[in-house]
Amino acid sequence: MAIVNQCPEGGVNWVIDGELTIYTVAELKAELLPSLAPNGDVEVDLALVNEIDSAGVQLLLALRQAVTACGNALHMKGASPAVRDALQLCNLAHVFDGHASLI
Amino acid sequence: MDINLDSALQTYIVEARDLLHQMEEALLVLENDPNDSDTVDSLFRGAHTIKGSAGLFGLTPIVSFTHGVEDLLDRVRDATLNIDSALIALLLACTDHICELVDVVAERSASLDAQAVQRENALRERLMTYQVSTPTSPDTWVRQSVIDDSAVRAANLDWHISLRFGEQVYRNGMDPFSFLRYLNTLGEILHIVTTTTAMPALPEMDPESCYLGFDIRFRSAQTFETINEAFDFVRDDCAVHILSPRASLSEFAALLGQLPESRDHAERLLVESGSLLPGELDSVQSQLPTQPSPSTDLELPADPVQLRGDSAPQATAREQKSRESRYVRVHADKLEELINLVGELVIAGAGAKLLASYNPESELRDATAAVAELVEKTLDCALRMRMVPIGDTFSRFQRVVRDVSKELGKDIELEISGGETELDKTVVERIGDPLMHLIRNALDHGIEAPAVRQANGKQARGRLRLNAFHDAGNIVVEIIDDGRGLDRERILEKGRERNLVPAGATPSDSDIYNLIFEPGFSTAEAVTNLSGRGVGMDVVKRNITALRGSIDLDSRSGEGTTVRIRLPLTLAIIDGFLVGVGEAFYVIPLERVQECMELTSAANDAARRCGYIDLRGEVLPLLFMHDYFSIEEAGAGSRRQNVVVVHHLSKKIGLVVDELMGEYQTVIKPLGKLFGALHGFGGSSILGNGAIALILDIPALLTRLSEDSRACVSKSTTTSESLSVSQGQRS
Repeated sequence: MAIVNQCPEGGVNWVIDGELTIYTVAELKAELLPSLAPNGDVEVDLALVNEIDSAGVQLLLALRQAVTACGNALHMKGASPAVRDALQLCNLAHVFDGHASLI
Repeated sequence: MDINLDSALQTYIVEARDLLHQMEEALLVLENDPNDSDTVDSLFRGAHTIKGSAGLFGLTPIVSFTHGVEDLLDRVRDATLNIDSALIALLLACTDHICELVDVVAERSASLDAQAVQRENALRERLMTYQVSTPTSPDTWVRQSVIDDSAVRAANLDWHISLRFGEQVYRNGMDPFSFLRYLNTLGEILHIVTTTTAMPALPEMDPESCYLGFDIRFRSAQTFETINEAFDFVRDDCAVHILSPRASLSEFAALLGQLPESRDHAERLLVESGSLLPGELDSVQSQLPTQPSPSTDLELPADPVQLRGDSAPQATAREQKSRESRYVRVHADKLEELINLVGELVIAGAGAKLLASYNPESELRDATAAVAELVEKTLDCALRMRMVPIGDTFSRFQRVVRDVSKELGKDIELEISGGETELDKTVVERIGDPLMHLIRNALDHGIEAPAVRQANGKQARGRLRLNAFHDAGNIVVEIIDDGRGLDRERILEKGRERNLVPAGATPSDSDIYNLIFEPGFSTAEAVTNLSGRGVGMDVVKRNITALRGSIDLDSRSGEGTTVRIRLPLTLAIIDGFLVGVGEAFYVIPLERVQECMELTSAANDAARRCGYIDLRGEVLPLLFMHDYFSIEEAGAGSRRQNVVVVHHLSKKIGLVVDELMGEYQTVIKPLGKLFGALHGFGGSSILGNGAIALILDIPALLTRLSEDSRACVSKSTTTSESLSVSQGQRS
């Protein structure tokens, strides 16, 4: 499940809750894709994600790629223990903290 | 999350239970004979496999508990720990607990209840006591030379592993993360770089495809084989490159060439993962031209170092041994040869039996009868070896149904029954495609969208059922949907348009539905009219017919469609009924024969005139084999004639023959290419006396007769207009 909030100053705020796994990624992509706008940063709140797998991480990477391609930034606002654990496993935590990386 | 019941996990559960059972048996053996090192090995292997596979599925509770057991067994194997009854009791309790873990964690994806956790902690404590009390003096278990090796290795235990997962990984039910987690049980991931260079931009990327790659610096004292084994399950879907701690720079250079990324990018990945130092890059680059691409891919490192006394190749050999104790892998060709030989044996046996029957000595007859019985049993056994349950084929479609229904926005449930029904392996292999086609058709066009279903007063969730059962030497596979059914009128209209239905004729419902199997029926126009149903159905039918099977279809408007496929159990041998016509012999598949009767000369004359007889009030059309196959009448009609009543589906016909020779095990020999154009024959067979008998293909014969007579030889109770199989049209 994802909730999309348009911020008055132009950015977008996503709140994803529940599963972020292979079972939900297709749905989530369809929900989030239309809200991508060329201007304004994106903030994604993952504090309510109780399960995430590599497909979920992959979707986050794809979203981030799409946001940065427009010259904006994607910030991760909250991260549940499951999300933190997964990002640590593949060493991607820093990517969502805004540091530059290979990706 | 849903209970993860995908088939790989199922396989794991079954395998784990098998292994636990074997471990239990091994423990009981050890109780009597504590020095049986083979059994200790098999015990260790069992625990190792259960742990390793659990790691692949991310079943952490199983991994962590089994790890302790494995450690303990490892030391029993190294003879640092003696087996006594207390240890056996502990290990038995441990296998019970692992069994419980498999039930709870793997099968129900739940966690243990408080009681079980308590039990687990108690067991862990008991395992720990063995851990502490063991002497750790190295020279009791490690040879001096090995220590030297490990000293060298201690300097650098860092492996480099490059993984590039293929797009199908998720669809095959695997998660790349589980491999990373499993690596963590084999050693330590020092650094990992995740790459997504293969991933298209967001709008184009398919979130259910995998585009991930990892470059890992991995510290482990394991052998190459152990690390490599971790990826056995994903080998087809992932490019795995493992470089040993001693890998030379040229091996890194070769790796750079094999990674899908651009060379620059790949270099940065290797440097970032820490496996290469920035300074080393230049020397790697200088090696590139001279070292094009040695085959480092998955090759053994030049000198694999083993820390333990046992070498990994031995371990694999032992692992295979345990599998072989349950199954023997036989090359299909050998099996084929065996069945062929048994076929010849049946022919030779029939010959011997024939000769014996002319011999007055009853002892000889008894002996040949005993041999014949054994031959028959051997034949049954040989054929059964090729039999496999159809369930595996069925369960493959779970995923198809899930994917297609998701794609179409429908809610469809697949129900499988009769999965244990067995049939010949070659048939199983060749039935997959037609089944897939029929199932997709049912999902696509048969079952309506949820809203439509609800509007029609049906449950929103559609049901598709796959069913299989044995019936008279055939296997019947049913694909049943509860969708909208076929549009009878449209098909009839279409059939009239294409001249498939003669003007004025009123074919039965099933004849109408079966029109969709006609080649060319599925034109674009028909597609729109019948919402696509019928596309490629002629191909399906052709495939089924090629297997000597038949397909028919039943449908109720608004209630659903049932497609029924009948297939022979095996393609090699049939039970036949041997008949003689003049000098020639014919074999009729026994399951097609309903009954035999005498045709008296008086009845014969009448029958010849009208082309049918009265079979207990039913009209039975006759086919005079003499005329049909243009065989010279031997005794100028003086011989008594017989009628063999054969049936297919609901059609019946009487074949008029000279002689009934009884049941006959028929080994099918295909007719040569020369006779490819002949219809109505399923093959030939060589009789015991060396004569050749042709095998009648009753369904084809019936179809041909109906076509010839331009009317349906349908249910025997139909009116006389369907009985136009008169002599005139036959000749």
